[in-house]
Amino acid sequence: MLEIKNLHARIAEDGTEIIRGLNLTVKAGEIAAIMGPNGSGKSTLSYILSGRQDYEVTEGDILYNGESILELDPAERASKGIFLAFQYPLEIPGVATMQFLKVAMNEQRKARGEAELTTPDFIRRVKDAAEKLKIDQAMLRRPLNVGFSGGEKKRAEILQMALLEPKLCILDETDSGLDIDALKIVADGVNALKSPDRATIVITHYQRLLDYIVPDTVHVLYKGQIIRSGDKALALELEENGYADIIGEAA
Amino acid sequence: MNMQTTSRLTAAETALVEAFGAQIGELPGNGAVIGTRDRLLDELKKAGLPTRRIEAWHYTDLKNLLRSVPDAALVSAIDPIAPLVEGSKVLSILQGAADAKAAVDGVEIALFKDRLADGSAVAGLTALDKDDAIGRINGSFVRDGYAITVPANAELEAPIELQALHAAGQVHTRFPVSFGAASRATIIERHRSVTEDAAFVSSISDITLEDGADITWIILQTQGAADTHLGQIRVQLGTDAKLRLFVINAGGKLVRQELRIDVVGEGAELTLRGVNLLGAESHTDVTLVLGHNVPNTNSTEIIRNVVFDRANGVFQGMIRVAPDAQKTDAKMSCNTLLLTDDGGFSAKPELEIFADDVVCGHGATVADIESSHLFYLMARGVPENKARAMLVNAFVAEIVEELEEEKLVEALEGVISAWLEKHA
Repeated sequence: MLEIKNLHARIAEDGTEIIRGLNLTVKAGEIAAIMGPNGSGKSTLSYILSGRQDYEVTEGDILYNGESILELDPAERASKGIFLAFQYPLEIPGVATMQFLKVAMNEQRKARGEAELTTPDFIRRVKDAAEKLKIDQAMLRRPLNVGFSGGEKKRAEILQMALLEPKLCILDETDSGLDIDALKIVADGVNALKSPDRATIVITHYQRLLDYIVPDTVHVLYKGQIIRSGDKALALELEENGYADIIGEAA
Repeated sequence: MNMQTTSRLTAAETALVEAFGAQIGELPGNGAVIGTRDRLLDELKKAGLPTRRIEAWHYTDLKNLLRSVPDAALVSAIDPIAPLVEGSKVLSILQGAADAKAAVDGVEIALFKDRLADGSAVAGLTALDKDDAIGRINGSFVRDGYAITVPANAELEAPIELQALHAAGQVHTRFPVSFGAASRATIIERHRSVTEDAAFVSSISDITLEDGADITWIILQTQGAADTHLGQIRVQLGTDAKLRLFVINAGGKLVRQELRIDVVGEGAELTLRGVNLLGAESHTDVTLVLGHNVPNTNSTEIIRNVVFDRANGVFQGMIRVAPDAQKTDAKMSCNTLLLTDDGGFSAKPELEIFADDVVCGHGATVADIESSHLFYLMARGVPENKARAMLVNAFVAEIVEELEEEKLVEALEGVISAWLEKHA
């Protein structure tokens, strides 16, 4: 589903290279965890996959279902099924949450040539998904993410993911700032979306989230490259020994 | 008029002087009113229209910007339109003429032309100061309007809409409104053109809030793309009175809205909100002069501007705190989304504080759309143009939502999104 080939990317503004020859393949149905120390390029990778313009790809390619997505803008990527759950979801005053959800769902449907949702159908979908994630109706009446707690913001991200039904889900440090109860709710939400035609990339710092979202593959990112890949056992090894050994080996 | 005087006047000034001459004997008013009109026009003629050398007009050089003034001749009849908010009591002023049959239950309404005829309007006709060009123009030419008295303790359920419509030509209206003690009401002062032909409009609302009155006043200006609109609202806020004043500019070619507000009663509270939607080659100026004249009063002022095309905007906000106006709390901000390289916005906040125990602050920002916000919306599949429109709308909708009255918020949001759809 996703094939990243020898990717090099830098910050557009100052030319700092962050991703330095990254290779990664994620198959449909797979849950891939990307772990790594601070500053290794994890969040940058998530932004580049979703098309943020602050970064420039200088070499290599990103293939999604066999086609390069480098020339697509974030909205085009989203309508093809790529979804980023933000580490820090943005507060956007003045944009009503419900209106935003409706526009996003219908714009994606339009881009795919599908009929727009009727209002009752839309409301039913939001209500069902919100209940599963224990999201209060009052929260949905507020402007997008405004005044939400950290945990509420993360749940709102998973709500958007559930409603948009993406094919490639990228979770950027979704566990940060969550207590254990919220973590379970979020993980349940992610697991509920697991399907043979959907892939998930879980970016995380800690093994903790992977107790709840069990990965098929684990990759260690360091200085903009994948320096080691393995299965779930690799995450446990990192938890016990830290990154130092693996980084030492790679160097 | 001698030759020397004529040669010094611009085309617009000449047109005003000639229009006045052409209407002698037609403009309503007793001897005192006519005397005042003559004096005001004479002052206007002597001072000329203000230029940038006059501090209060520094960013709006009226002499230079006002290229012409259309003929005052009346045009064909206009019909009233549906009110902005369903169920409002409409008082229409069509091409500057009020409706003699207009009535609202529980409210005293008189025609301003009758006040001119009997001379009772004369005191209010004077200019506020030597630079008050709007006061002079309106005082010289005003023909009609409504004088409204809301009795003490009245609670008006439905909004009153002052519906000022015009087709072209010159229109000069005035609305003295007095709100009795502890009265509650919402007034929508709506100025709108029904054609694309150029018009020259001046309008002054002179409002007094007695003790404890709680009033929402909306000024909605959606004039035509060739129109000049010179508006002024004069406000006196009594003890414990509350005024929410919303000014929305979404039209006109040359617009100046002056807000002259005096807080004269302790415990009074002013909430001023402004939304300026600026497009094409328009010039729009909102000028506030606010006096906190007594102790223990509050005010907040937030102005949000969106600039497209080759439009220019101005906000001048002067807050004066008198020497004994201790415990004044005033906060002013002016935020602009500048979405073009060819337009501009000038913000001039000023605080003149003569008391020592006050909290006063001001801030001004000019920015483009936040790129992280744009990315967030696009990452959810919203195409760029639509995402931009949502964010621009959000920037101003946030202000409108403060009104809380649902039907009013919806109606104003409708005006804003319709404007954005046309201009963005």
